[in-house]
Amino acid sequence: MKPIFGLLAMAAIAFAMPAFAADTLYADMGGQAVIDRLVDVSVDNYLADDRIKTIFDESNMDRIRAEFKVQFCQVAGGPCVYTGHDMTAAHKGLHLTNADFNAVVEDLQAAMNTCDIPFRVQNRFLARLAPYQHQVVTR
Amino acid sequence: MRFRFGASILAGFLLSTPAMADDQSRPMVNFDEGRLLATGGVSAVEGEGGGGLAPWALITGYGTRDGVGVTVHHTYVGLPDYQLLTPGIAVGLFDRLELSYAWQAFDTEATGAALKLGQGFTFHQNIFGAKLKLIGDAVYDQDSWLPQIAIGLQHKENDRGAIIAAVGGKASVGTDYYLAATKLFLAESLLTSVALRATKANQFGILGFGGDRHDIYSAQLETSAAFLFSRKFAVGGEFRTKPNNLGVAREDAAFDIFAAYFLNKDLSLTAAYVDLGNIVLHDHQDGGYLSLQAGL
Repeated sequence: MKPIFGLLAMAAIAFAMPAFAADTLYADMGGQAVIDRLVDVSVDNYLADDRIKTIFDESNMDRIRAEFKVQFCQVAGGPCVYTGHDMTAAHKGLHLTNADFNAVVEDLQAAMNTCDIPFRVQNRFLARLAPYQHQVVTR
Repeated sequence: MRFRFGASILAGFLLSTPAMADDQSRPMVNFDEGRLLATGGVSAVEGEGGGGLAPWALITGYGTRDGVGVTVHHTYVGLPDYQLLTPGIAVGLFDRLELSYAWQAFDTEATGAALKLGQGFTFHQNIFGAKLKLIGDAVYDQDSWLPQIAIGLQHKENDRGAIIAAVGGKASVGTDYYLAATKLFLAESLLTSVALRATKANQFGILGFGGDRHDIYSAQLETSAAFLFSRKFAVGGEFRTKPNNLGVAREDAAFDIFAAYFLNKDLSLTAAYVDLGNIVLHDHQDGGYLSLQAGL
């Protein structure tokens, strides 16, 4: 019995390991310097994109850039705590569509290319952002 | 004629969609192309949105839930002893419902002469498809294990009833039903899909439906996996089991290895190596698969 129990415990630990593995995404993206640049490039892309630029007509872009830099850091697993608007409140009343959300994704992807973030690292980051669709898209 | 008939049904449906748009401030038919590149899949051999051999739960084209997408495709499969040509058209409505039509021409080449049917004897098939997305979103739901799930059907009409009866087939018309679950594991850059199909089809319906050995629906498994190398380029494989209804000819499972290149949301090209196993008289029917999809 005892050896079997030990084996089971080891198996359980082995299965649980990925959950405790170090979150390397922040470092893999290039740390805060790259994330700051990524936010600036992506926001520039949004404001140059005819599909979505009017969304930001009433926005304080300096504050949005600052909030994105902290939020992206936290989402990537970096040493930041985002204390800005929650996603539901921030997008309330904007009546954003899936097409709007996806346009933002495409502009962010282009920005990640500009920042030389590898494709597979991009996808790991996008996988963490994708569920925000549920809070952002309201129509 | 049949092809034009099918196309005009789809065109008619498309033109009637304005009545379904409720927001007067937006275009009546909104071809928004608002979904992300490659998230409509490609056109499968039976005309639905999917991989090459298997249906996916994704709705074809790039229309969001506020829009409509249309794809047309042409697919060529070259085998040692046979050739399949199949053009088709499909409409994705509001990222919810997909309607498709494909026409297949299966050329028996020299085998037709050997079977006393005549050199180049060709089976034709109309395939009318419908697919309804039930639950889940393959792309957005990255925080959940729930895949995108859809149900679908394919109604197939074969024009060679007499030959089908002669080889032991029970019907020249048949309907397949399927349940498909598709999940993008975005953090792993991996797309996977599983479908269960209830079917009586012999060789996709090209040899009719039901046979002397079995004339009942059976459940078949169709799976796909694709690795995304970039936003535009994916490489993967598929496996599809098939019934074995006819006494005159064994039927094998099919598999393929494919590469799909998405030039943009309007054009994609899929090239594959496909192995369909035995097809009447001839084992090892493996060869090239080439499919071009254009979209709105």
